[in-house]
Amino acid sequence: MRQIEVAQVTQAVKAAAIAANYEPGADLLAALARGAETEESPSGKEIFRQLLENARIAKEERIPMCQDCGLAVVFAEMGQDVHLVGGDFDQAINAGIRQGYGEGHLRKSLCHPLTRANTGDNTPAVIHTEIVPGDRLKLTVVPKGGGSENMSRLFMLKPADGLAGIKEKVVLTVEEAGPNPCPPIIVGVGIGGNFERAALLAKKSLLRELGQANPDPEVAAIERQLLAEVNDLGIGPQGLGGRITAMAVHVLMQPCHIASLPVAVNIQCHASRHQEVVL
Amino acid sequence: MAKTVKLTAPLTEQDVLQLNIGDTVLVSGVIYTARDAAHKRLVDLLAAGEPLPMDLEGQIMYYVGPSPAPPGRVIGAAGPTTSYRMDSYAPILIKLGLKAMIGKGKRGVEVIEAMKAHKAVYLGATGGAGALISQRIKAAEVIAFPELGPEAVHRLEVEDFPTMVINDCQGHDLYEHGVREYRRTTAR
Ligand code: SF4
Repeated sequence: MRQIEVAQVTQAVKAAAIAANYEPGADLLAALARGAETEESPSGKEIFRQLLENARIAKEERIPMCQDCGLAVVFAEMGQDVHLVGGDFDQAINAGIRQGYGEGHLRKSLCHPLTRANTGDNTPAVIHTEIVPGDRLKLTVVPKGGGSENMSRLFMLKPADGLAGIKEKVVLTVEEAGPNPCPPIIVGVGIGGNFERAALLAKKSLLRELGQANPDPEVAAIERQLLAEVNDLGIGPQGLGGRITAMAVHVLMQPCHIASLPVAVNIQCHASRHQEVVL
Repeated sequence: MAKTVKLTAPLTEQDVLQLNIGDTVLVSGVIYTARDAAHKRLVDLLAAGEPLPMDLEGQIMYYVGPSPAPPGRVIGAAGPTTSYRMDSYAPILIKLGLKAMIGKGKRGVEVIEAMKAHKAVYLGATGGAGALISQRIKAAEVIAFPELGPEAVHRLEVEDFPTMVINDCQGHDLYEHGVREYRRTTAR
């Protein structure tokens, strides 16, 4: 058993929340630079340039790249040989979010669903914990903006709908979203599992390095086809018309019930933020 | 041909009538922020017959909830939020003299009709470029509903704040126009 103090968890989450908001990943920067090169529409090209400039300012001047610093999603992969000491795990994560959003001057965007009163510190985080082999604890902080989350959809298709049905729904979701989720976007798709697992798969697919294909060639082919179909919509950067509506489509797939074909589409805006730390 | 126009708020009817979709508008002067919760408050005030925190005549409303100002800055990141959530409130404010809204994303028919009827425009700012846009904001002050935190109404002084005309007062829509040009699919 390896002991980890929960205070370390708080520290790690705090630093990751701040870094995720100030420092766009190298994969995202590369995709934006590629977009600035290859986008055919002049206004779309200009948007890519602005986003690169925005990323530079955020990193150099240490302010968030987007004012929507997101609801904090935290993925925890807990080695089964880890023994957490010194307090409650979820509370430690939330303390990290509270401190990170406070000290990092990040926007607090959580509120009571009905009164809409702000919780004041961006907690509670949405925490997904998984037990894995080993004695490490991997924490990934994913600040997720509301604008793109609102455009996400879940479909419980019939098995007869098949791949054609899946594609239709993914394309429909992107089309209905149009300019709203700040394209260029990344489309996360979860196929299979059940109602809640499909959504989780879609979200998890967004953690993958931007544009890396699924290692399963069958799924990678679906990703390529979906990306082409989505980009044929012509929505383009910011919805002003263009070739690059999505920079990537990521798919995760797993078996489902013989009666079902769940499909979730999680739209990720270009402010794709995730910061990983291993304890 | 799309043109670039420099405008200073508050706007006149002439200011907005000259605008066409695709035009770049560099906004200077004073604009006000409001998003979901603030819009509800404004409309509730009107329903109760109470005065608003600002005179809407000729004004520009910016749909934004900025991140807090770090020390030494006037504001944090301050890019637009998605506008459709304000669609049920916007026509009421347009009728009272609001001349422009800045946001991102599509507007509903009711807003487009109100813009046509009362001569107002909808301007798009680059969604997600909050750090870049904040450089055009020279002063910021909360003038109403401070308890709403990021949703409080701010009075902003802006200089050459970059926007593009998405809906003009003739009812045109830049999104529809732009997408038609690049669409390759017959889906839907
Ligand atoms: S959708 Fe994303 S980029 Fe756009 S405002 Fe929201 S968080 Fe920012």
